[in-house]
Amino acid sequence: MAISWYLVVSAFVFCLGAAGVLTRRNPLVVLLCLELMLNAANLALIAFSRMHGNGEGQIFAIVVMVVAACEVTVGLGIIVAMYRRRLPIDVDELRALQG
Amino acid sequence: MAEVLFFIASIGAIAGAIGVIALRNPFYSVLALVGHLLSLAALFLLLRAEFVAAAQVVVYAGAVMVLYVFVVAYVGGADQPPLGARAGRGLKVASGLFAGALFVELCLATLGSGLSAIDSEGAGYNPNPPPGVSSFGSPAQIGELLLTKFLLVFEVASFLLLIAAVGAVVLARRRGGPGVGEETRLSVAELVRPTGTGTTAEGVGGPPGVPSHPRLPEAEAGPEPVPSTRGAGW
Repeated sequence: MAISWYLVVSAFVFCLGAAGVLTRRNPLVVLLCLELMLNAANLALIAFSRMHGNGEGQIFAIVVMVVAACEVTVGLGIIVAMYRRRLPIDVDELRALQG
Repeated sequence: MAEVLFFIASIGAIAGAIGVIALRNPFYSVLALVGHLLSLAALFLLLRAEFVAAAQVVVYAGAVMVLYVFVVAYVGGADQPPLGARAGRGLKVASGLFAGALFVELCLATLGSGLSAIDSEGAGYNPNPPPGVSSFGSPAQIGELLLTKFLLVFEVASFLLLIAAVGAVVLARRRGGPGVGEETRLSVAELVRPTGTGTTAEGVGGPPGVPSHPRLPEAEAGPEPVPSTRGAGW
């Protein structure tokens, strides 16, 4: 398959993730949609790495995975803290940083 | 064969992505994301990035998704009110339009970029390279790049993981002491050790002895210990 097919799939998944971030109100699902966008970027990075035939794009993808894991850890910690403080799990209700 | 696998995997990836944003219950969204990640790992394998595919399955679909499942089960995957119930249908339509425009723009940017290699199968792939040269996507190549050219990136990434782990513990810790019914927890050490050999509770003015033993007789002769009113901390 040509590399362009992979790029189109990557762009489509990225747009689906962006639409999910904009429409969903549960912060858990918003984090999931962020994962979708990061994974779409990973697919594009690996496709370009294959196009050039060197491994540097794969290193980039692995670093993106590390950053995504950190983001998930901290984000889920914030959600658990919100749940402990009986705050609403809804990004429309949570307008203030102070909680 | 590669075309069939590509279409199966990409349809799986897109269906998983649609499932993530469309399913009502967050628990099912997590499961859809697991399917999406597995399909994406198949796409990575088709691109001959075997190490990244393995890391995707093990780290992402394995570890990170287990974390998600635990948090969804803890917070409670309550069904959300339907989309647009309060925010109105306008937001949904606007975000759909935005995503469509973004897709068109990304396709124009990538397919119209004039890169001649974008319509090829990629650079040549040699599964049996000459000795001393690691083949594309192999763990040897990844390790060599990570420890030579991208050593600083590797170290910064490990430090970032450490910071995130500490931050998650600080964020999700329990504040305000143990809950009801948790203070009478016994451990084996309390049964084994002699009574009155200083614990922290005795050191801050608590009663000597342990809950499993009767109070020491000489402790009653001394001044009555002040019951601690402090919270036990976290």
